[in-house]
Amino acid sequence: MTGLVLLIKYALLYGSVLLLVAMGGMWSEHSGIINIALEGIMTIGAVAGALALCMLPKDMSAGMIVLLSILIACAAGILYSALLAFASINLKADQTIGGTALNLMGTALALVLVKNYNLTHGGGQSPKLTYDNGPFIFKIGDITVNVFVFLAIALLVISYYLMYKTKFGLRLRACGEHPQAAASVGINVYRMRWAGVLISGLLGGLGGFAYVVPSVSIWNFEQGVAGMGFLSLAVMIFGQWHPIRIAFCALFFAVFKSLADIADSTFLGSLNLAKEIYRMMPFIFSLIVLAFTSKRSKAPKAEGIPYDKGMR
Amino acid sequence: MAELDKRTAANAAEPEKESDYIIEMLNITKIFPGIKANDNVTLQLRRGEIHALLGENGAGKSTLMSVLFGLYQPEEGCIKKNGQVVKINNPNDANALNIGMVHQHFKLVECFSVLDNIILGVEPNTAGFLQKSEARKKVIALSEKYGLQVDPDAIIEDISVGMQQRTEILKMLYRDNEILIFDEPTAVLTPQEIEELMHIMKNLAAEGKSILFISHKLAEIMEVADRCSVLRKGKYIGTVNTKDVTVQELSSMMVGRPVQLEVEKDPPKPGDVVLDVSGVTVKAKTHKGNAVTDVSFQVRSGEIVCLAGIEGNGQTQFVYALTGLDDMASGKITLCGEDITHASIRKRSNKMSHIPEDRHKHGLVLDYTVEQNMVLQRYWQPEFQKAGFIKFGPVRSYSDRLIEKFDVRSGQGSITKARSMSGGNQQKVIVAREMDKDHELLVAVQPTRGLDVGAIEFIHSEIVKERDAGKAVLLVSLELEEVMSLSDRILVMYEGEIVGEFDPKKVTVEELGLYMAGAKRDTPSAKEGK
Repeated sequence: MTGLVLLIKYALLYGSVLLLVAMGGMWSEHSGIINIALEGIMTIGAVAGALALCMLPKDMSAGMIVLLSILIACAAGILYSALLAFASINLKADQTIGGTALNLMGTALALVLVKNYNLTHGGGQSPKLTYDNGPFIFKIGDITVNVFVFLAIALLVISYYLMYKTKFGLRLRACGEHPQAAASVGINVYRMRWAGVLISGLLGGLGGFAYVVPSVSIWNFEQGVAGMGFLSLAVMIFGQWHPIRIAFCALFFAVFKSLADIADSTFLGSLNLAKEIYRMMPFIFSLIVLAFTSKRSKAPKAEGIPYDKGMR
Repeated sequence: MAELDKRTAANAAEPEKESDYIIEMLNITKIFPGIKANDNVTLQLRRGEIHALLGENGAGKSTLMSVLFGLYQPEEGCIKKNGQVVKINNPNDANALNIGMVHQHFKLVECFSVLDNIILGVEPNTAGFLQKSEARKKVIALSEKYGLQVDPDAIIEDISVGMQQRTEILKMLYRDNEILIFDEPTAVLTPQEIEELMHIMKNLAAEGKSILFISHKLAEIMEVADRCSVLRKGKYIGTVNTKDVTVQELSSMMVGRPVQLEVEKDPPKPGDVVLDVSGVTVKAKTHKGNAVTDVSFQVRSGEIVCLAGIEGNGQTQFVYALTGLDDMASGKITLCGEDITHASIRKRSNKMSHIPEDRHKHGLVLDYTVEQNMVLQRYWQPEFQKAGFIKFGPVRSYSDRLIEKFDVRSGQGSITKARSMSGGNQQKVIVAREMDKDHELLVAVQPTRGLDVGAIEFIHSEIVKERDAGKAVLLVSLELEEVMSLSDRILVMYEGEIVGEFDPKKVTVEELGLYMAGAKRDTPSAKEGK
């Protein structure tokens, strides 16, 4: 029984992270920009939120702390993604290279900030931040949940309606599919792509924070967010760029990832498999799944191609 | 010609009340670095008329329309709507003036529904949420009024090119546009769809819409347009009433000299068999079954054999198998006595030249220069490389020679990027490359698709020269006129099979049409080869 409770706890934790970040990727790609920088954006969101937790006055109410730190994580994600938007939309840089650069810089920037903070607060050169994650976590019955689970579900509903039922969503998707067609009916492609990338930054930053905070109260930023950003990209592709499918895929991947964490404490331990095997599972699964599904992929047609007004 | 000039002058001088014109582009001059794309061009569109804009590729038609659409600002001249001078700075201004355009390459989002494409940019909404039901009613009403058959919920990528074009037209009508510009609308259509479009355009004009019809297909202009303005090399040549002129006169106005519309050629002198195709079958990619079934025929040196048929009846797949772009399921292909069924493309290209159907996909590397494209199939030959290094000098002089010989026009000659050239000149680069290299067989697929009369005349005469030089030519064409005038023998393909063989002198277009549509077939000749 405890095994199941643990599984649900971790599946919800990872599932909400994967859902948030994969939806972030979805927003960016539907506007036509490949956002491979999600890993970096997550790291920046996580470090900004965690630093906020450390620095906010201790006598502030728990609700305020939760709200403020989340807003700061989102804002950091948005700011960081603006770099990608500027490079790939205005400067027409190669989106994959720009994104990779941002990934590399994300972890580095996080380390600089954390070490700097620790130096001035008596923590030496440590790359680790210690914070209080209590306000984020609560229990429903036996199951531990965190605020991000509900946020993710709410944002899923909002994303779906915004993407498929509004004027904004229709226009944004048109820019990712056929920007010249969008421009010919008077849509500002640059603006829609900026919107897509910034929403992506918001969700990515939030997702990074949601990964780091609820699970542990100390995080080593040397590892960034440990590949969750890339896993989210796999979830997005497996989910075929559609929010509802992404939600199911996120849950599916989350269950596999959770198995690693609960392996020791449940019956799985009696199988005597190395923990690494479970750790590998989501990645192996995404490889297999993508090998079969990517052929009939519904990727936005114009993604990755810089939009140029003059091109025929 | 003299008489024609008089008529043109008379027409231009004809006194008109200003308000008769819905749009006037007066004395437009647009200069790009090094070239006057439009030189003092005047275009006056009357309310409710169909006005054709005729000119060769590079004559300045697109530039003029881009000026009307606000994409370019002219150096001189002005635009008037209903007699009032208007300023058009961007496409949104054009939309606000009720000017709409069906682009040559449709501006449709392929994974959206017809309805979503129509409302895109002018979405009916409350607080940002789409309200599609009203829009659907309006679209259905419009489609009934003008006879524009569409299914509003169909996805663009699933529907025919004709229906995609109707969607584009509905896009303009949905926005209540009064001035409708059609940019080369028939280039992508089947003969039936063209007829339907002509009918639709006449309906639209009868309902009071004013239509600008950009084309270089003279027969269509004669059929549908009331008046026709002609551009040549950026200059305005004149405006004529189509009922007062002949096709010959129009084409001379466009090209600047009399044009041979009929292909002139001597009777063929067929020699040895060059290409022998037997029992070729190709599996279909889109459905179970065959795209090409048991096709057998021969092409001899000194003759032009044409594979005719309506688009999508297996011609493309057959050519892919013949040229090595794709595998075939069974059958045998022999070229000059050599079995090339499984030969590589480079091996085949020793004796086979190929002018591909899709010049952007298979004909050119668009971001390479003209000279690089010219040696695309020959750069490894000793003439052009040594120890893996390209000899740039010989490449340049070779390319310069071909540019000269085939009259390829471009901004910077050999170092022009292929992407920046007009379609006709891109095609000339391919024709030059394929005809100049050693070959016994020329496979020409839709060699004149989307080209103007001058370029068509040139390419046709080059193909006839090939034949007279003793090469075997396999022509694949959808244009019945081209099929009838160019070929020495016609094979009709229907649903992947050859259903008949004809002598162009002894068969009528109507008869061919019946075979192409599958209404008639000569089964024995197709089956006996087994």
